[in-house]
Amino acid sequence: MFELLGIPPQVLFGQLLLGLINGSFYAVLSLGLAVIFGLLNIINFTHGAQYMLGAFGAWMLLNYLGVGYWWAVFIVPPIVGVTGIVLERVLIRRLYHLDHLYGLLLTFGLALIIVGFFRQFFGVSGLPYPPPPLLTGGHNLGFMYLPNSRAWVIVASLIVCLATWFIIEKTRLGAYLRAATENPVMVGAFGINVPLLVTLTYGFGVALAGFAGVLAAPIYAVNPNMGADLIIVVFAVVVIGGMGSILGSILTGFGLGLIEGLTRVFYPEGSAVVIFVIMALVLLVKPAGLFGRSV
Amino acid sequence: MTTDTNPIAIAAITSVSAAGMPRHHFAIFAALFVFLIAAPFLLYPIFVMKVLCFALFACAFNLLLGYGGLLSFGHAAYFGMASYVSAHAAKVWGLTPELAIIAGTLVAAVLGLAIGSLAIRRHGIYFAMVTLAFAQMIYFFSLQAAFTGGEDGIQAVPRGHLFGLIDLRSSEVLYFFVLAIFFAGILLIYRIIHSPFGQVLKAIRENEPRAISLGYRVNRYKLAVFVLSATLAGVAGATKAIVFQLASLTDVYWTMSGEVVLMTLLGGMGTVFGPIVGAAVIVTMQNYLATFGDWVTIGQGIIFVVAVLLFREGIVGVLAKWIRKPL
Repeated sequence: MFELLGIPPQVLFGQLLLGLINGSFYAVLSLGLAVIFGLLNIINFTHGAQYMLGAFGAWMLLNYLGVGYWWAVFIVPPIVGVTGIVLERVLIRRLYHLDHLYGLLLTFGLALIIVGFFRQFFGVSGLPYPPPPLLTGGHNLGFMYLPNSRAWVIVASLIVCLATWFIIEKTRLGAYLRAATENPVMVGAFGINVPLLVTLTYGFGVALAGFAGVLAAPIYAVNPNMGADLIIVVFAVVVIGGMGSILGSILTGFGLGLIEGLTRVFYPEGSAVVIFVIMALVLLVKPAGLFGRSV
Repeated sequence: MTTDTNPIAIAAITSVSAAGMPRHHFAIFAALFVFLIAAPFLLYPIFVMKVLCFALFACAFNLLLGYGGLLSFGHAAYFGMASYVSAHAAKVWGLTPELAIIAGTLVAAVLGLAIGSLAIRRHGIYFAMVTLAFAQMIYFFSLQAAFTGGEDGIQAVPRGHLFGLIDLRSSEVLYFFVLAIFFAGILLIYRIIHSPFGQVLKAIRENEPRAISLGYRVNRYKLAVFVLSATLAGVAGATKAIVFQLASLTDVYWTMSGEVVLMTLLGGMGTVFGPIVGAAVIVTMQNYLATFGDWVTIGQGIIFVVAVLLFREGIVGVLAKWIRKPL
């Protein structure tokens, strides 16, 4: 067996794989944040709670209705998206004429309420979600062992990210969306229902968070607090990447996940803070973010 | 974030007391002082000290948000880190309480300078996200560093002897020490708000490009108010560690940052007395709902939502509108 800087390759590739998985979640979540921010100009602090809702949605389907993982992948994100649409219609909509910071405060409050309720009724110990049979086991690639569940998370989130990119950059609907991001009044004057577009966009961004939650359910324990710490890291990812570009969000998410994985191999103590350190460096060198337009 | 009242214009028509302060402000400060002198004999002193610490924390935060217009979502970093350093200084180094508090405050100031100089490079919600992310970094540092005691925190911090002379073990004696710190803190904040520096801050808050075009070095003002706010938040955190003889991860976690935002929002941002009222309400709520577990979190969330949607001026802001004077 060859060794790299005294690190066995199994360890190195194992951690890189873990990093890619974290990166998948960063990418999907920061993509949702970026889509929402583009049109609504608010930072959706509820995103972490909605990710948690996705995981609980899958857990509830399995435990209350006996509906398995593969159905949950398709059923749960739209349901979580609809809860987001309700929030947007009833509450968030009222703040568009105000400073964007109020949107941040409102969604923070909503996150506290949602997480509080789930902690009250499900506890904080974490509920197990057994992976479906197809995702148990794995393949030996020679230099490392690749568990199926992890390969699936990476592939699934890549597909979703690329599909989102395609919808926004290549379709007519996406063109409306990008136009409304630039100038909502003008797009409205052309007869496009911008408020509806805003609502659907929020629902879509939230559904992405829900999707990430379903993916997370068999890997991490289903826990009311699972989104809270993750979302702060995702905020740092968003600051590093800038929210100007869809592909930028995806690349930044996966890239930072890999860097985190590498740090865990070479300097484990720093793995929790490496993304924040990178954020500090980016702020020093390119304050608008790697792919961002200056704000 | 802007408020509808225009303090400068209203201050011009308000009668001014001998201390150079509008009469009604002087009266409120005097009433507050009398009430707080009597409070330990009417209420549980530890509870009032908790309110005082959080009120000072919220006032420091309000200096940044209400007057500088900068929403930091990471003020727990300065509050919590000062609390750790103060507890460590008092317990391990054996410093007297006032020196321990000064040590904690200095660390908060340095931390504020470091994070502030990076964070002011971004505006608006990015500023909020950057401060939140850095605070989370401080949290992870506190979780791993040896001197913070990890999950246990620093417990059994001695209250010690003030100036090496006055024994602070009695809660009544300690109370008056905390009261002195609190009043010094809010009077300093009051002075900053009403100084020429404070007026420039409000100008930046209202219209940053205009302030730049008038020749103000906006970023220096922002950094200065950020450091001042972090430092004063540090005073509050350091004092809290001495009062409760405890520094823990709660003080440095993002929920604490959220709480101080909530106190300021509920009491009224950009008002002098709002954060004090907000802190009193939230701390009281926490005390009474403590046995109901996560309902505290849910309650705080509901207050956030209601305050943002219906009640953006906050309690004191609404009162100020009624009496048509800035509070």
